[in-house]
Amino acid sequence: MIAITQFIDIDPRCIVGEKDGDMMDFTLSPEILQMKEAVRDFIAREVEPYAQQIEEEDQVPASILDASKALGLFGLSIPEAYGGLGLSMVDKCAIFEELGKTINGYTTILGAHNGIGSVGIVAFGTDAQKAYYLPKMATGEWIGAFALTEPEAGSNAAAIRTTAVRRGRRYILNGQKIYITNAPEAHVFTVMAVTDPSRGAKGITSFIVERDFPGFRVGKVEKKMGLHGSHSAQIFFENLEVPEENVLGKEGEGYVNALKILANGRAGLAARSLGSCEYLLDRSLQYARERHQFGKPIFEQQIIQHYLAEMATDIETLRWMMYRVAWLVDQGANVVKEAAMLKLYGSEVYQRVADKAVQIHGGLGYISDYPIERFYRDARITRIYEGTSEIQKNIIAAALNKTKN
Amino acid sequence: MKQVPDTATLIRLQPGAKQIETQGIKWVINPYDEFALEEGLRLKERWGGEVVLVALGPARVEEAIRQGLAMGADRAVHVLTNDAVELDVWLVAQALARVCREEGYDLILTGKQAVDDDQAQVGPLVAVALGLPQVTVVVQLAIDAESRRLRAERELEGAIEVVEAPLPAVVTAQRGLNEPRYPTLPNIMKAKRKEVRTVAWESLGLEAAPLVRIESLSLPPARPAAKILTGDPEEAARELARLLREEAHVI
Ligand SMILES: Cc1cc2nc3c(=O)[nH]c(=O)nc-3n(C[C@H](O)[C@H](O)[C@H](O)COP(=O)(O)OP(=O)(O)OC[C@H]3O[C@@H](n4cnc5c(N)ncnc54)[C@H](O)[C@@H]3O)c2cc1C
Repeated sequence: MIAITQFIDIDPRCIVGEKDGDMMDFTLSPEILQMKEAVRDFIAREVEPYAQQIEEEDQVPASILDASKALGLFGLSIPEAYGGLGLSMVDKCAIFEELGKTINGYTTILGAHNGIGSVGIVAFGTDAQKAYYLPKMATGEWIGAFALTEPEAGSNAAAIRTTAVRRGRRYILNGQKIYITNAPEAHVFTVMAVTDPSRGAKGITSFIVERDFPGFRVGKVEKKMGLHGSHSAQIFFENLEVPEENVLGKEGEGYVNALKILANGRAGLAARSLGSCEYLLDRSLQYARERHQFGKPIFEQQIIQHYLAEMATDIETLRWMMYRVAWLVDQGANVVKEAAMLKLYGSEVYQRVADKAVQIHGGLGYISDYPIERFYRDARITRIYEGTSEIQKNIIAAALNKTKN
Repeated sequence: MKQVPDTATLIRLQPGAKQIETQGIKWVINPYDEFALEEGLRLKERWGGEVVLVALGPARVEEAIRQGLAMGADRAVHVLTNDAVELDVWLVAQALARVCREEGYDLILTGKQAVDDDQAQVGPLVAVALGLPQVTVVVQLAIDAESRRLRAERELEGAIEVVEAPLPAVVTAQRGLNEPRYPTLPNIMKAKRKEVRTVAWESLGLEAAPLVRIESLSLPPARPAAKILTGDPEEAARELARLLREEAHVI
């Protein structure tokens, strides 16, 4: 592992992937290719036909979620021993890339569950916690969510005010969270709360909270610009009782855990953005060839060709960046800086690609009966949630500043 | 189980025109074999036992085998052929029958035909080779494990025929028998660890020459270009009716 940590920071050989025994190789195994195909078929058959309905009703039909559970889409991050697929990050991202090609609201449910909603328990959970929670999360019977953000603590997550006071063998939580994805559907929440106000970020602890613990309440479900079908809501803790065995990781390490969970989730998020970009390029290319103006396909206009070339180049760059970060995660490397770069770049690429896709489609790109407009709105959130683009730049700069001059 | 080109594939011929061009083809499990496999899986779920998948063909067939294992077959036997062997349905049936004999069986299920060469002979010829009763084109199947008999519905032109036969037997599956399941992601993962026994064609010792040889293959004549009627809707409709009657002779 030591050799790897050295090589992520400076060794340019990582670009061609030469390192004794640790070749960077993104060739997908036959099983993963088979899974991608199974997911692609499933989306075409069970999900896409409902795109318009999901968008208008802001609700994914229960039958689609049930079918997704049956397919195994809720167990991507959970080890095989606990009933999941135990996929490596590279493999998980390959599946997420496929999922990115469909309705972003639907895939956000899966993304939040398989990402920030469950990886904390996988990474920091005790054997007992894992044995209790993961099997039901792997089947999707229990959906996961991650609750950090509060009204007064967004980018400055260390400023959370939710308190957790020990009383005997329990903690009593009081406070409020906002914008919590999957809150209306989830059963298991990874919650960050302050156990020692005198210690700042080091006084934050993470807890596993179940929806039916006394004192737990879900508030208003927000109306959003996009990601329809995925729900983000307020949650309230009113003298919420959490048994001490539900402390996740060590007391005082909640903030660090949260950052690690978010960093780990970034590759998956970028993989979904990548899939969406691939879909948009595909549609745009097809449309540019079919749409005739001035007696010829608009593809024959050089500026349209350049739009497409820029989209394709952005996508290619993102693809390699994403798989490299995923691979580094699989090597157990510390990827804080690289993951921040990926989160930043993936979001900006998605935004650019969606913008060009609308432009190539002209008026049709603005019409809601057609999917391009939806992707354009859905792209916007990627620059905000799981750490804004500005915050990613702060993280990158802070990492740069750590290197000796 | 046979691997066949996806029916949406554009077929091209090899030079010499005795075989199709296999480069760039998307391969799938023969759809009728999927019905057969699904029926096997349901019988296993009902009665217990083991579903063994038997496939014959070149190395690429492994992909279809993995798919079948991911659907739920317990293990597989792959009779591995190479391009040098010239095959016909009779030879294929001999090989499959030999594997079946080695493996043992209560019931042998095949598709009613393969959608590539449409011969519909392999299932029946396996039955002949093994001296078993055969029930073809089955749309419903019930097994009575106590009496070791099967009861099957066969779809005939305008009628359903119900037949009974003792086990073991060969049954060939028709569309409508069931709705094949899709492999789940966990089952794709598990399939990786299931056993695939490879049997080299040469090791079967089937020296005989094929009884039927392909003389030549040719593509059907290209379809004439479509006629598009434009202009005044009323006039176009009248013209369409005239063409349908006078040229196409369909009304
Ligand atoms: C749809 C959706 C789903 C979400 N899901 C979840 C979830 O599941 N769990 C969860 O915990 N949270 C979730 N969030 C919350 C999300 O992570 C926060 O909204 C995000 O981190 C930004 O926080 P904020 O909204 O308070 O913005 P603010 O922090 O108030 O930021 C406002 C602006 O100021 C900029 N800014 C702030 N500080 C700095 C700085 N130091 N340097 C430079 N610029 C700065 C920001 O970049 C931004 O442009 C979700 C949000 C949305 C909209």
